[in-house]
Amino acid sequence: MSVNQYRSVGSRIFDAINIAVLVGLGMITLLPLLYVLAGSFASESEISSRTFFLWPEKFVTSTYEYIFATDVFIRALLTTIGVTLVGTVIQVALTLTMAYPLAKRYLPGRTLVLNLVIFTVVFSGGIIPTYLVVRDLGMLNSYWALILPLAINPFYLIIVKSFFQELPEALEEAARIDGATEMGVFFKIVLPLSKPIIATFSLFYAVGIWNDYMSPLLYIDDSSKWTLQVLVRQLTGADAQNALSALETVFFPTQGLKFAVVVIATLPILCFYPFLQKHFVKGVLIGSVKE
Amino acid sequence: MATDLAPPPVKAAKVAGHKPDRARTLWRYRWLYLLLIPGLAYFIVFKYVPMRGLQIAFQDFVPFLGYNGSEWVGFKHFVDLFTGPDFGRLMYNTLYLAFLNVIFVFPAPIIVALMLNELRINILKRSVQSLIYIPHFLSWTIVASLTYILFSVDYGVLAGWVHEILGGQKIDYVAQPDWFRPIIILQTLWKTTGWTTIIYLAALAGVNHELYEAARMDGAGRWRQLWHVTLPAIRPTIVVMAILMSGNLLDMSFEQIWLMTNNLNRATADVFDTFVFYVGINQGAFSYATAVGLFKGVVGVLLIFGSNWLAKRLGQRGLF
Repeated sequence: MSVNQYRSVGSRIFDAINIAVLVGLGMITLLPLLYVLAGSFASESEISSRTFFLWPEKFVTSTYEYIFATDVFIRALLTTIGVTLVGTVIQVALTLTMAYPLAKRYLPGRTLVLNLVIFTVVFSGGIIPTYLVVRDLGMLNSYWALILPLAINPFYLIIVKSFFQELPEALEEAARIDGATEMGVFFKIVLPLSKPIIATFSLFYAVGIWNDYMSPLLYIDDSSKWTLQVLVRQLTGADAQNALSALETVFFPTQGLKFAVVVIATLPILCFYPFLQKHFVKGVLIGSVKE
Repeated sequence: MATDLAPPPVKAAKVAGHKPDRARTLWRYRWLYLLLIPGLAYFIVFKYVPMRGLQIAFQDFVPFLGYNGSEWVGFKHFVDLFTGPDFGRLMYNTLYLAFLNVIFVFPAPIIVALMLNELRINILKRSVQSLIYIPHFLSWTIVASLTYILFSVDYGVLAGWVHEILGGQKIDYVAQPDWFRPIIILQTLWKTTGWTTIIYLAALAGVNHELYEAARMDGAGRWRQLWHVTLPAIRPTIVVMAILMSGNLLDMSFEQIWLMTNNLNRATADVFDTFVFYVGINQGAFSYATAVGLFKGVVGVLLIFGSNWLAKRLGQRGLF
């Protein structure tokens, strides 16, 4: 490959600017997060005078100690963890069981079901009719409302279906000849082969539920059932002072509290990020390939 | 060879006829159909049953009376919407944000992907990529909180710095109607640009390197290669992304807008989705809110089919 084209002055200036801009983009992404992290360990006086930037002069952990001594916060954290775990299991199970039959080209009715699924991507009943269905099912103020209405992501379903179609069919055939039932093939052959994609979409679904704000906003009134995202909103929003009047006895919305609660709600995502990153590029690429 | 892969076929039918055939097919694939049921139930209950609920846009829906007991009023709510004071404002705000999205948010990942593609220091390339993907996984609540922490007048660092360095009045950016749109676009850029580059980078990775060789032989410099080889190569991807975006043109991210809306910036902040929530859930006007949502949904479908048709007319591959 010729390298000459990269030696000209214009080309080098281009490279320098390119590198500078891209590094700048990386910094812009990172700095707000580092700033909040630093702020969560800064004292209240340092925050109000903004003398810290990426490192607090005086390193304090009192904000975290205070948060973790508060019932409201612990309850929101446990709620979020519980809903995320149960929800992810349900979502992954439903997605896998639906994707497998849809991957079978010979299955009568398959195209009809696929079209029904794709149509929901283009058109939906919308916020109010969905809300009424959830209400009629008696799920208002229930944790199920945070899980079941989002049980299957059609995009993930299509990607998993494409993945199943790519599996070597000879394996399944061999298992059938050996007398395996359809269920046996699914559980003993297909699922073990699908571990990477199951891991990928488990993480995707888990992030989705962990981050979900709209469902609790729509379906949960009871403040004892708040999730972490709702608490973050209540503590840091523009109307934080008003929203918190109900909770004033337990929470004193200091500035440090806002920083710390953002850090705590973000941390699990960042901890899982390396695992996510390992898989997501592949996931996105399978998804973007047309059938 | 699909039939080879099917479970062992059952004995040929003794009695010809449609019904027994269908029953046999069902029995033959019973396990597959059984696996399909829970997922199908989900789509029916949470996607198709709500579509039936759209009928309340044409009723004066009273929850107590239900779908069958409520009175039919035809297009009353649509007439109210189109002639009411909200429609112009909602349409303007929604289209304005959509326009800003087309101008700023749509090209950003293409530009970043092209820049990353030109970066030949691999470790730097990968580090930048890893960093700019992160915001995609953070919730809108976190993004909104970061915005408040950085921009608000009470404790926002930027507001404080701008005031200290430039002097002048301290601006409460998050409460200013004029600052609403710039903040929303900045948030969207920050959260989505990196992630979307993945798709363009994948397209760029698929470009045939012999094309570059040939272009160089013809004396093309880096700019001409970019213009005549790279860009045409990713054009189909750009078209598909454009079609997808056009369908979502009126779908502002509900969570994002809702989280950044407050009583002070409502004039510029209200868009169809947040209005539906506000009127429907907070004020209980189910029928009117559903009519607004249905209008938005229908326009969205028309847009996606329209742009797909246009793409095909222009000689590109569409989505369907």
